[in-house]
Amino acid sequence: MEIRMLIGSIVTLIGAIFIFLGALGIVRMPDLYNRLQTGTKASTLGTILSIAGIGIINPEWAGKAFIIISFVMMTNPVSSHTLARGAHHIGIPLSDKTVIDKLQEAETEENKEDQI
Amino acid sequence: MIAIILAIVLGLVMISMAIAALTAYRVRAAVLASGIVSLIASIIYLLLAAPDVAMTEAAIGSGLTTIIFFYVLNKIRRSDV
Amino acid sequence: MVEIILYIAGGLILLGMLTALWRFVKGPSSADRIMAFDAMTVTSIALIALIAFFNNRIIYLDVALVYGLLSFTGVIVIARFLEKGL
Repeated sequence: MEIRMLIGSIVTLIGAIFIFLGALGIVRMPDLYNRLQTGTKASTLGTILSIAGIGIINPEWAGKAFIIISFVMMTNPVSSHTLARGAHHIGIPLSDKTVIDKLQEAETEENKEDQI
Repeated sequence: MIAIILAIVLGLVMISMAIAALTAYRVRAAVLASGIVSLIASIIYLLLAAPDVAMTEAAIGSGLTTIIFFYVLNKIRRSDV
Repeated sequence: MVEIILYIAGGLILLGMLTALWRFVKGPSSADRIMAFDAMTVTSIALIALIAFFNNRIIYLDVALVYGLLSFTGVIVIARFLEKGL
């Protein structure tokens, strides 16, 4: 009983640490795409762990917690992907340290094929 | 006690975001700031033990109003929006 | 012991929310602001779950469910707006 509540609270604390590190990455990262990376992946993992910890502490709440976890896990990466694609389309600049940009190459190749 | 501290911090953020929505230059930034005002207002409703009001505020204030504002901005398409 | 750990977790979550707000205030482009808004919404889901635990009422989790559905729709609409053509 006591051990289960302790495990649940520690899982929630780990999730809170992930949320804080993700928010720190939002401020520290150099360009938009890196910020999207930390701001969505770390925040999603932190939220999932926090709600799972609450579900472990109260086993009656586990069903509803599972529904929330599945919604967050399905919808949040999709919205991040759509936002990154839209930002790349309107030409928000990448960082100076970027090595490769596959989406740009794919779009130029499509334009060449259209012209031919 | 912890709820009072949480409500004070969130209320200060809410007031500053409302001022930011009034004084922002871009209309997009103003709409997003008003979305944050609704987001924090629903958490404060939850702290005041009114979950039904918080649910309505979350659905209408933070979701539907932002979507409708961006739909209208898409129709206008001026240079400064 | 459990409550103290959860208080620390709540403080960290609130700090994360304020840090994301700093990017919202500073952000150079609109996409940065939208990203900060999305991160704040996801963070507030965890905060609502903690408030539900401290008040010991399961009905509060429904608000988190509504947020989990609606933030997705909002960000999709705004991203389509940025990409020209809703």
